[in-house]
Amino acid sequence: MSDPKRIPAIEMAGVSFSFGEETVLQGVSLTVNAGDFVGIIGPNGGGKTTLLRLALGVLKPSQGTVRLLGDAPEKSRIRAGYIPQETSSNKWFPISVIDVTLMGLLSRRSMFRPYTGDDRDKAAAILKELNLSHLENRSIGELSGGQRQKVLLARALVSEPQILFLDEPTASIDTMGQDEIYEYMRKINASGTTVVLVTHNVGAVSSYIRSVACVNRRLFYHPDGMLDDETIAATFGCPVDIIAHGLPHRVYHAHER
Amino acid sequence: MFDILHYEFMRNALLAGVLVSIACGVVGSLVVVNRLSSLAGGVAHAAYGGLGLAVFFRWPLLAGAMLFSLLASTIMGSLTAKKKERADTTVGVVWALGMAFGILMIDLTKGYFVDLMSYLFGSILAVPGQSILFMAGLDVVILVSIVLLYKELVALSYDEEFALISGVPVRALYYLVLILIALCVVVLIRVVGLILVIALFTIPASIAELFTRKLSRIMVASSILGMVFTVSGLFLSYYFNLTSGATIILVAGVCYFAALAAKRLFVKKSPDAAAPQGARP
Repeated sequence: MSDPKRIPAIEMAGVSFSFGEETVLQGVSLTVNAGDFVGIIGPNGGGKTTLLRLALGVLKPSQGTVRLLGDAPEKSRIRAGYIPQETSSNKWFPISVIDVTLMGLLSRRSMFRPYTGDDRDKAAAILKELNLSHLENRSIGELSGGQRQKVLLARALVSEPQILFLDEPTASIDTMGQDEIYEYMRKINASGTTVVLVTHNVGAVSSYIRSVACVNRRLFYHPDGMLDDETIAATFGCPVDIIAHGLPHRVYHAHER
Repeated sequence: MFDILHYEFMRNALLAGVLVSIACGVVGSLVVVNRLSSLAGGVAHAAYGGLGLAVFFRWPLLAGAMLFSLLASTIMGSLTAKKKERADTTVGVVWALGMAFGILMIDLTKGYFVDLMSYLFGSILAVPGQSILFMAGLDVVILVSIVLLYKELVALSYDEEFALISGVPVRALYYLVLILIALCVVVLIRVVGLILVIALFTIPASIAELFTRKLSRIMVASSILGMVFTVSGLFLSYYFNLTSGATIILVAGVCYFAALAAKRLFVKKSPDAAAPQGARP
């Protein structure tokens, strides 16, 4: 088998996607190298989540090809970790924190078989690492937004994924909690996992990401992580303030590239 | 007090009550946590169309009801899977259409005097031995499916997209749930009638959901609650000479509000949260 480090984590070529009449993404080509930390930014409704779902094979492109970890997404996505948007899961569902975490090992166990004791140990270990052990038997619905998001992080990480997708992971979290999650992302990325982070919050991610993809129907990719005002303006439709107010870590290299 | 057990029809009725309680305790839990109770109601009413069709063509009634409930649940399931926001409209249409079709078919059947009441409100006291075998078989199918597919069903119910990415065949599993709902509806029509099907589907699971936050325990608890409701309802209906299906639902409904009140009064937090840390069942 070839070295997994050499195979791009994501390869998209000429990808377009439409919901009925409405074109969400058009002519998107993107290569994300293994080990990268890419931020996908853009306005709400610009197609960020769609891009992510295409990469995971949840949606099929109307045109173009998508490869994830060198294979068709339907095959390779079990090696990916995924933290969906807060709104996608059934918050009132009766399930404990440890059982949500165990769900991350679903792809490691064949159907018709229950989780093993080993699985439970793994789940407990990752919860401990994220300082969530005291919540193990709590019901997911009783947690705060930040705690719930960390549990979903644990669920994504327990299977030791090669690539981690996060869709607006900090939408309902205060700044402190956000920094904690971003710091953890940095740690995961340093250990070799590719991280793909979707966010509409341009400022907050700037000191963590290595490359940026701006998505608003079309995609502008910046492998060096630098953004200029023109791209920002093209992506968001108007110039936006890219300085992160009050945060110690700033921000984009301005447009002298 | 147990003199009623001398009657064979009463023994059959009690057995039927226990058997359907297992089926609808387990499947009803899935219905409640997936918020599918209106779909289940739609399936029950659409089944009436199947009864009408069976009457018209002189088929076995069970076969007609099963055909229509399977059709209704899979059609509604496929129409609502993608557009969840339109689900209530679709369910409403299938619900009414099934009923109307059944009534028209019975109109068209010459010389047929149908006892509407027994399908609307059930006739547990007239359950034939053949139906009891069917119920027992359905219980086996349901229990085997749940035991084999428990972790997949939990994942599907909690976070469908994550389940899909983890390699769970979510479409096939969703249809399995719909088929189990349809089969349960058919047996429930016998016991409490199609109007009361949703009640026996949802009340035990809703009570259980108040006191435990784990799907497997909700399934076990609602099966037991279902047995308590059907058996006590049967006894009450016998001694007070009341319609059995309605009495069963009355018992269940009263218990539901009692449980809500009890939770308000005595349980400050959910029991799982109050359990000692690190303890696993």
